[in-house]
Amino acid sequence: MSDLAKNSGTDLKKDAATTGTTDAAATTGTTDAPEAVAATKAPVDTGAAPVPAVDPRLLVRQEGLKGYWTEFKRKIRGGELGSLPVIVGLIIIAVVFQAQNDKFLSASSLTNIAVFTSGLGIMAVGIVFVLLLGEIDLSVGSVAGMGAAVWAVLNVSNGWGDWTSVLVAILCGLVIGALHGFFFAKIGVPAFVVTLAGFLGWSGLQIWLMGNEGSINAPTGGVVENLTGYFFEDKAAAYGLAVVAILAYAGSLLLDTKRRKAAALPARPLSEILLRTGVVAVLVLAAAYVLNELEGSRGLPLALVLFLAVLVIADFVARRTTFGRQVFAVGGNAEAARRAGISVDRIRITVFAISGMLAAFGGLFIASLSGGATKNLGSGNTLMLVIAAAVIGGTSLFGGRGKVWSALLGMLVLQSIQQGLNLLGMASEIQFMITGAVLLAAVVIDSVSRRTQKTAGRA
Amino acid sequence: MIHVSATPVLALRGVSKRFGAVQALTDVHLEIHAGEVVALVGDNGAGKSTLVKTISGVHPIDDGVIEWEGRPVRVNRPHDAQDLGVATVYQDLALCDNLDVVANLFLGNELRHGSVLDEIAMEKRAKELLDTLSIRIPSVRIPVAALSGGQRQVVAIARALVGDPKVVILDEPTAALGVEQTAQVLDLVERLRERGHAVILISHNMADVQAVADRVAVLRLGRNNGVFNVSDTSHEVIIAAITGATDNAVTRRKARITTDSTVTKGDAK
Repeated sequence: MSDLAKNSGTDLKKDAATTGTTDAAATTGTTDAPEAVAATKAPVDTGAAPVPAVDPRLLVRQEGLKGYWTEFKRKIRGGELGSLPVIVGLIIIAVVFQAQNDKFLSASSLTNIAVFTSGLGIMAVGIVFVLLLGEIDLSVGSVAGMGAAVWAVLNVSNGWGDWTSVLVAILCGLVIGALHGFFFAKIGVPAFVVTLAGFLGWSGLQIWLMGNEGSINAPTGGVVENLTGYFFEDKAAAYGLAVVAILAYAGSLLLDTKRRKAAALPARPLSEILLRTGVVAVLVLAAAYVLNELEGSRGLPLALVLFLAVLVIADFVARRTTFGRQVFAVGGNAEAARRAGISVDRIRITVFAISGMLAAFGGLFIASLSGGATKNLGSGNTLMLVIAAAVIGGTSLFGGRGKVWSALLGMLVLQSIQQGLNLLGMASEIQFMITGAVLLAAVVIDSVSRRTQKTAGRA
Repeated sequence: MIHVSATPVLALRGVSKRFGAVQALTDVHLEIHAGEVVALVGDNGAGKSTLVKTISGVHPIDDGVIEWEGRPVRVNRPHDAQDLGVATVYQDLALCDNLDVVANLFLGNELRHGSVLDEIAMEKRAKELLDTLSIRIPSVRIPVAALSGGQRQVVAIARALVGDPKVVILDEPTAALGVEQTAQVLDLVERLRERGHAVILISHNMADVQAVADRVAVLRLGRNNGVFNVSDTSHEVIIAAITGATDNAVTRRKARITTDSTVTKGDAK
């Protein structure tokens, strides 16, 4: 096209030159010069006209893998690190601890990490939603303990059915969360204070509920014991789940691409789909292999399946539903959301209810791991670990930015460190210090990348 | 003056609004017909933005009646106004910086199957909408935080048109725009009128008002201070209504300049 423009331009110049020479006798040559310039400019202008809505300064991603790579490099330079620091961190943790103690990457150790990640991870999913709103929920630990106490008192002391008491416990969490949300959204008490009151109040209620019993043991073979005690020993379970996950992932990508192409929108190239599916497949199959085949492995833990189910559902809700979109909108600019007709109060109450519900659900996992409900279940550093996991995973404390999967990544980091330090026989005080340092590092990375994003015009 | 229908689409009758000790609006009347651009002008603090917020449901009115196509309605929440067909572009734009352009365009009005978002349909309609308005932005999938001020403004205006509203309220739409974008927004306002929308335009820029408006409603200190037809009203009359007097800085300056010029002319002679 540029050749064409050049040719026509030179032709026009020639024309102008000839007219200039013929008219030279009558007029002065200088009057022709602006005309010639205008004539050469004209074809360029008309050439640009048919594509009006594209900003000429836009950097377009090239097709294919090379374009993907340059886009990736540009994003890293622009401070859009995404999950990269966490994944690099996980690899470093694995290498360092494996070098110190070769049991770190053994089946039993990895299974431990998976099981311990699940309960706290489910609680962290609830916290991710609260952080997306730009708020904080300090009561999750107490609500977890309260949920476990409700379950134990109903199931063990009062002889209610397994499922009923579990359901009632989770429902209690939901109601408690909704109550926090009500005080925050309708009355206008800062969430920090409401949930701080909840933190004290619910742990008091938990101790009162437990009464004279110091702890109530989970009945053997009951639902709660199975939450973390049950393993799908059939190898088909882990592999089957892995294959289903890969197929579902690839299928959703392909379907999305097909629909986007049908709508004439830019779509992912096939090479990118293959690459993404390949990475997911390697990770998922490796996890299934570790759980199934390594020496001393016990199969796929039920806890992990439940955690993954919560993650997938929560991720779908956050990214693909109206509710999720409204949560992000309220977290980004509550006033804009309100003016757009979103019921901000309803969103806030619902999010706190979700947080409370998942906290109570996670509390049952903790009870399952520790063999039953106790008076101090959920106290100590449970709350801090849960919030730290969401933040380490990359969810912003300032609202509107984050992913549900950060609950998984962050909790994996924390539990890997804990497992590694346990294997090394490190005292718990050292563990606290190291966990604190990791949290600080995660927030530092977040802040620095945000500043880089600002200078790159992306935040 | 264009009057498509006898009944106004939207009419405010005796509307009042108080904020604590401040009487922001007192007994305000306003009528807007379909296919008409009404400019709402007034000094800072005259109550223009408050009036707009009462229409769009951000601040419910204390007294008076809002009539929609001849029948009284209650507008207590932004959603009520949206359901009626009122779309508002606020002065502070009210965009969510963390969401991308598509999400912002359809915020509160998402296309969906059940409660699952239909991202593809939204992106397609967003592109069509931006193309018809000749809006240039780098991509519809970048967060609004990455856009310039002018780009945000046009995104905010485009967003008002998503639900195909009957009344579009623009609160100082050209205040932050460059020369070309201002012309585009004014074109856009005229296109809205041709398509039969009623437009309320708030502006401090008299040139913009005279370029596109059919009628000018003046507010002063929270009260009506006259409604004028743009075609047969001079600049000075409107400005006098805005400032509340014929003797003010603007007329004094005008008088001084004319006398100055006659004096200099006389000197030259």
